[in-house]
Amino acid sequence: MTTFSIPGESPLFGAKGWAAIAAFLLTTVVLVPVLFLVVPESSPFHLSAYFVTLIGKIMCYCVVAVAMNLIWGYTGILSLGHGVFFALGGYAFGMYLMRMIGHEGQYQSDLPDFMVFLDWKAYPWYWSFTDHFWYAIALVILVPALLAFVFGFFAFRSRIRGVYFSIITQALTFAFMLLFFRNDTGFGGNNGFTDFKKILDYRIADPGTRAALFAITGVYLMGCLVLTRALIRSKYGRVLTAIRDSESRLMFSGYNPLWYKLSIWTLSAVLCGIAGALYVPQVGIINPSEMSPANSIEIAIWVAVGGRGTLLGPIIGAGIVNGAKSFFTQSFPEYWLYFLGVLFVVVTLFLPKGIAGWFLKFKGAK
Amino acid sequence: MRTILRGLHAHAAAFGVLICLLSVVPRALALEPAAMADLASDETSDKARAIDTIAAAGDEEALTVLEALLGGDLQVTPDKHFLIKRSSGLVDAISGSPVSPEPDEYDKVRINNRLRAQTESAIAGLRLLSRDPAVRLEAAKAIDPSRDNLPLLGKALSRESVPEIRNALRKAEAVANLHSPDPASQLAAIETLAGSTDPRVKADLMALSRSTAKDQESPAMAKVHEAAADAVKAIERRLAMYAYLGRFFTGASLASVLLLVALGLAITYGLLGVINMAHGEMLMIGAYATYMTQQIFRDHFPHSVDWYLVFAVPTSFVIAAAVGMLLERTVIRWLYGRPLETLLATWGISLFLIQLVRQIFGAQNVEVANPSWMSGGIEFSNLVFPYNRIVIIAFSGAVLLLVWLLLSRTRLGLFIRGVTQNRTMAACMGVRTGRVDLLAFGLGSGIGGLAGCALSQIGNVGPDLGQSYIIDSFMVVVLGGVGQLLGTVYAALGLGVVSKFLEPYIGAVPTKILILVLIIAFIQKRPQGLFALKGRAVEA
Amino acid sequence: MTTNGQGDLRSGETSGLGHLMREGVDVSHGPILYLDDITVSFDGFRALNGLSLTVDAGELRCIIGPNGAGKTTMMDVITGKTRPDSGSAFFGQTIDLTRFTEAEIAHMGIGRKFQKPTVFENLTVVENLELAMKTDKRVRASLRAKLSKEDLGRIGETLELIRLETEAGRPAGTLSHGQKQWLEIGMLLMQEPRLLLLDEPAAGMTDEETSRTAELFRKLAGTHTLVVVEHDMDFIAEISRIVTVLHEGSVLAEGPMDVVKNDERVIEVYLGR
Repeated sequence: MTTFSIPGESPLFGAKGWAAIAAFLLTTVVLVPVLFLVVPESSPFHLSAYFVTLIGKIMCYCVVAVAMNLIWGYTGILSLGHGVFFALGGYAFGMYLMRMIGHEGQYQSDLPDFMVFLDWKAYPWYWSFTDHFWYAIALVILVPALLAFVFGFFAFRSRIRGVYFSIITQALTFAFMLLFFRNDTGFGGNNGFTDFKKILDYRIADPGTRAALFAITGVYLMGCLVLTRALIRSKYGRVLTAIRDSESRLMFSGYNPLWYKLSIWTLSAVLCGIAGALYVPQVGIINPSEMSPANSIEIAIWVAVGGRGTLLGPIIGAGIVNGAKSFFTQSFPEYWLYFLGVLFVVVTLFLPKGIAGWFLKFKGAK
Repeated sequence: MRTILRGLHAHAAAFGVLICLLSVVPRALALEPAAMADLASDETSDKARAIDTIAAAGDEEALTVLEALLGGDLQVTPDKHFLIKRSSGLVDAISGSPVSPEPDEYDKVRINNRLRAQTESAIAGLRLLSRDPAVRLEAAKAIDPSRDNLPLLGKALSRESVPEIRNALRKAEAVANLHSPDPASQLAAIETLAGSTDPRVKADLMALSRSTAKDQESPAMAKVHEAAADAVKAIERRLAMYAYLGRFFTGASLASVLLLVALGLAITYGLLGVINMAHGEMLMIGAYATYMTQQIFRDHFPHSVDWYLVFAVPTSFVIAAAVGMLLERTVIRWLYGRPLETLLATWGISLFLIQLVRQIFGAQNVEVANPSWMSGGIEFSNLVFPYNRIVIIAFSGAVLLLVWLLLSRTRLGLFIRGVTQNRTMAACMGVRTGRVDLLAFGLGSGIGGLAGCALSQIGNVGPDLGQSYIIDSFMVVVLGGVGQLLGTVYAALGLGVVSKFLEPYIGAVPTKILILVLIIAFIQKRPQGLFALKGRAVEA
Repeated sequence: MTTNGQGDLRSGETSGLGHLMREGVDVSHGPILYLDDITVSFDGFRALNGLSLTVDAGELRCIIGPNGAGKTTMMDVITGKTRPDSGSAFFGQTIDLTRFTEAEIAHMGIGRKFQKPTVFENLTVVENLELAMKTDKRVRASLRAKLSKEDLGRIGETLELIRLETEAGRPAGTLSHGQKQWLEIGMLLMQEPRLLLLDEPAAGMTDEETSRTAELFRKLAGTHTLVVVEHDMDFIAEISRIVTVLHEGSVLAEGPMDVVKNDERVIEVYLGR
């Protein structure tokens, strides 16, 4: 009777795990801001604004990878549409940031520059109330949630699964990209939103604001990680794994997979949307190219590189691939796509469980 | 008021010119230098007379002089010698030979608006009676259908034997007659015009159909108004029909492209179950193979460059098939049964291929020209059916037929179907399934290459060519269902025609979104697509 | 929100027949499963052709028939995977099976074992049993689910029954073929079904495992109703009381094994003599 560990009884994290989380939080909330704000530029320990922005951006991508891991890694549903949820969150918060520009734009108008340029006279209805911070935050959560819920409901209900689901999410992504590229939809066309000035009462360009956004992103990333762990060790998490392993067995065991899939799919979309909202003020721009099908499929490769279905894999993968991307696009821009293309092939052929899986095997063998 | 007067005056003058013309043209007097002398006068009336005289000469020289006059290029020296200023220098107005040395002093022959109108009419009349049928046709189409021009039109009609020009003249005459004071000739004109599709004619007829105060009009006038209203309706019906015909054609054209693109996918995905995201790059490879064939012909066989396409078709098939088979051997065969991994790996391959082509051929689009026999099109009323589109529709039909024959009538086709339905059983019967996979994948990729060859004839050829078609063609496969070519055909036709019918109403992007919504809605009812194998085979 | 339509019929949320569910399966007239004149066709091929079959509560029924006779399709119809083109399928007196989804039917008490053993490969043996266990299977419940002492006791009993105590912590994917078959049977039992549909349960088992399976089935009969599809004649002979022979989508013969065995038509189509 004692030969097995009782399902759901394992601790959330071991002592080492909690220590690692604490160390990470300490780094993002205290150490990096201090090195960035307090340590003088002349010191070798000073962190540049570029570095802080880059890491902040990569942490947003890490959240996206964690969200993708929930739906693909654990549940086995490959989404090629997570770029849309990310960008929708970004656009929702971008609307707020655009409103905060106020009269500081080039045309010093009530409306954002691109609307003046396109001869708009008033805000379209969906911009209503976006000058209220908390309303914008609500949009950041609700818009991706609504899209994911409605789309997911119809897709899962008709039992679209496997590659079919992937292809349809890709078509969705493509349609959204085309929609946002248009000038008449009120989202700035191909330039998107940019030239942000303020967030609440703080200037976005201020180092203090940057450090705060960085710290919030770090805390949020850890929050997503803890949430993932909590879900996965519950019976809910085991049902997700069961969906991945054999959905029909699960159905014949009396579960309706629809609501499990729909709930994790919607949650994953919301996590992505919030990451998008944190991304936009740090990077300073959101445009429809974030919705390109290529971006969404790249998210899958972050997770695959790191190791899908593992807790830390997605973060490792997103970090490594985006680090490599920064390196290549600066030093050898023409070789980046070769690298990425080969990475897709190598990971699927030789590293099916990713770096984390390989590391676990290595540890297991020892 | 003044403008109206001036206009009337000009018309009257033009009328005079025409009467002269009609009487003299048959003899085609040569333009005499003396006839032009009055152009040098300062008096408008003298100039008007001179223009009449020149027009009366009715020959090519007269046309040249009048055109030069209208264009402000006609010059006169103090000794009344007329010259035309060309970009090459001054030439004699009548002989057209260069003048050297150039005279020290000359001045532009100036005309006012009244003379300008007179000159324009004179030119139109001259052109209408030109010896060159092309010039006559153009003039007949361009002539102002006013009642003033009726005598000219009647004269031209009496001499004209080319049916096309006669039709144009008749139409102009009928339009002019719409405003005839005689209801009988108005009715005749309306009858002639009811078969037209010209929007301007329709506007004229509509103006006529709006009757004035009912009680005041005569029964004859009422009849004219009624006939005009009926003619407008007939034209509208015809225009609507043509618009549908046009949309159906563009829809069929899009459908044929989708079919070509999706046919390869239907084989790799539908039959083999391999989801090949690099299929779009097979199109790109086919298009670049076509480009290279064209370049080779241009460099080595410039005389037969029109026939490069005949060689490009097999070349694009072979190259794309070879690349496809290479991919199958090196990557895809290791991923059979793992569709999601296949999707990711083939996406990686597509990124790689795009970058490779970008480095070899550059990121810019390359120029692939239609052979001369494929440019132009069949004109039908206000519609044009381009030859290249017609050829592609026929080409995709031919490819479809060949693929169908290959799958249903050959040994390879039998093996492919066998492996699709029951791999283990086929293997047990001695079919070398690995080889069948390889060949089938090569076939699918090769058809992708053919599609690329076709696309190069109607669109841009660049490294991103494949990306723009891949999503649509996957939608075709999803809608069509897996495992059967027939579903792919219907789905391509349906999607092509439906999108082209929706686009004029709601625009291209909303159409794409609506189509996606429709597909998802459709899948609610038929999760397996239009035509799908049901039963155990699918689940296994 | 997420719990609506989950198909927990005991609470009667999604079904107008909720009140019937609460009373459970009505087997007052004896039979637990009625199939009447069921026809299913795939692209013109009739997988089931006017199939009529009745199984009494507590019975252990064996179904045999050559490949393509419609055995698996029949199970698909009973479990809601395939909708019949015509005919009716009732569970007990009152429940029309053609109106429910797989999950709903599983909840009502019909368990199914697939031809190919299907378990959750990445979960441990215990976790497999935990998921199968009869309980509230909606999303919200799953987030807070905790195993009680009784639950653990039941899992322990089942582990013992399927002889996987020592493998309890292993991922199911690492089990042998026979062990997976047993695990799947164990999962079925955790569902506490009234009716078990078993598609070739003895395939890939050693002789010893097969006879233990037969023993288990005989023990289960009476309290449960079992419908077993098998090819292994010895196994059938060991467990069966009544055998039904399917051929080309309908019932060819029915009766005790030794009667059926000597039926001319059965010999012709099935035993291939």
